[in-house]
Amino acid sequence: MHPAPSLIFFTVLSGLGFGHLAFLGMGLQPVTGWAAFWQFGLGYALVLVGLIASAMHLGHPERALKAFSQWRTSWLSREAWLAALTLIIMAPHAAALVFWGQPLAGLGMVAAFLALQTVLATAMIYAQLATVPRWNHWTTPMVFLAASLTGGAILALGSGAWPLLLALGALMVAHWTLGAARFAASGTDAGTATGLGHLGRVRGFERPHTGGNYVLKEMVHVVGRKHAVRLQVISLLLAVALPLAALLLLPGWPAKAVAIVAHLLGMLAARWLFFAQAEHVVGHYYGRAA
Amino acid sequence: MTALPASTTRKLGLVIDLDTCVGCHACVISCKGWNTENYGAALSDMDPYGAEPEGTFLNRVHSFEVTPPSGAPQLVHFPRSCLHCEDAPCVTVCPTGASYKRAEDGIVLVNETDCIGCGLCAWACPYGAREMDAAAGVMKKCTLCVDRIYNEALPEVDREPACVRTCPAGARHFGDLGDPDSAVSQLVAARGGMDLMPELGTKPVNKYLPPRARDRLMEPPADLVSLCEPAPTAIGGFLGFVDRALSKL
Repeated sequence: MHPAPSLIFFTVLSGLGFGHLAFLGMGLQPVTGWAAFWQFGLGYALVLVGLIASAMHLGHPERALKAFSQWRTSWLSREAWLAALTLIIMAPHAAALVFWGQPLAGLGMVAAFLALQTVLATAMIYAQLATVPRWNHWTTPMVFLAASLTGGAILALGSGAWPLLLALGALMVAHWTLGAARFAASGTDAGTATGLGHLGRVRGFERPHTGGNYVLKEMVHVVGRKHAVRLQVISLLLAVALPLAALLLLPGWPAKAVAIVAHLLGMLAARWLFFAQAEHVVGHYYGRAA
Repeated sequence: MTALPASTTRKLGLVIDLDTCVGCHACVISCKGWNTENYGAALSDMDPYGAEPEGTFLNRVHSFEVTPPSGAPQLVHFPRSCLHCEDAPCVTVCPTGASYKRAEDGIVLVNETDCIGCGLCAWACPYGAREMDAAAGVMKKCTLCVDRIYNEALPEVDREPACVRTCPAGARHFGDLGDPDSAVSQLVAARGGMDLMPELGTKPVNKYLPPRARDRLMEPPADLVSLCEPAPTAIGGFLGFVDRALSKL
């Protein structure tokens, strides 16, 4: 799949923002006054920058509000609702901490729950697609959720984030290794795609067009697979190993700063690979390797 | 709502005969011609006279080589467009309700004024049937020429999809696949019409007819010339005399 920068920045930044807000909502990072202002401000900023990036991905961003209408069937619509509800319900809790130094614990807990549901809804947009076997697997929502929680935990708990960092690393490896066999195991091949499989081996002979098209650009991206292993190692080092080392070895805020920057860069690399490595079954019509 | 209708009164769709299709791409051109100047946004071309031209098409014709376990390979031309699935995954993923399946005839359409151009429906379609128009920023797909098939301003003979009307080989058929007595349903029953990627559970309405069984060349001949009739060395009569005389010069 085409690794669109807008989608990579959206999922990584919003995921981190919602994770951060979840910990603030649960009261696991006790802050009041100006400290609360900056912490909630960071969470809201990450989420909003991500959402703006996602709107850039649209052909008609000015119609984005229409996306709230189909929550009964569409994960994308549910994500829009959950994101908006999280930000709205979190606001009184944040304001209470900033101005009165008192949490609205009930609202905070509800908003924290909604924040994590938003991340799950984002993941389900990808995990629901039977057409992309690598994504169509339980590890997809788990990696998204673990990444969000880990980012939040680094900011909120510091060295206390180590179990989540280890869990994230394990889930990333599980997603890559289990995902690798998904496409071949899906049962879809050029034979079922054309219905000609019962006659013999089916091979693309001539493409319908000599130039590119939307389908090829969007769904038959191939650059990523070449460097997959290298990128996996880089993203594991940056997203998991380096933050772990920084949090355990460095003191105070420098530890958090190094950890969160490395984690963010690692997740951007991992998310790039998440898109670039995923194969869509439509590739069977185009001879896959091309 | 982008919920799918529980059932549709009719199941309008295409039957494509892979035995008859000659791969001429006339359906591609007639489709683009009709749909770029009628229903919805035009099907734009990008860099049409430049080095890397490309554009939006609702129908594409591939060619596949099928190699049987024994014998020579066979070439099959393969038109690919929206299959108007009964369980269309492109419809339910749409966040705005722009993508919908009509309860009255089962046609899957896009309401272009509601489309935000997120592209998720194209990802959900296994068949690559949807293409986002680069100029209009909205999703384009086969409409089954909904503006032809009910169009009383057209002569009755033209009230079928442009691709069907134009196919010079008669490889494309249009009708109600929900009616077991319709001509298309009879054709599907007689020829073993099949679904594409049935394992994905999309339940396509459009059916493909497999190539008919035919004589097979089991192994290549040692001498291609020997297949020609008459063989050049065995020409008799006047032409043979001329051939021999000229050869001696």
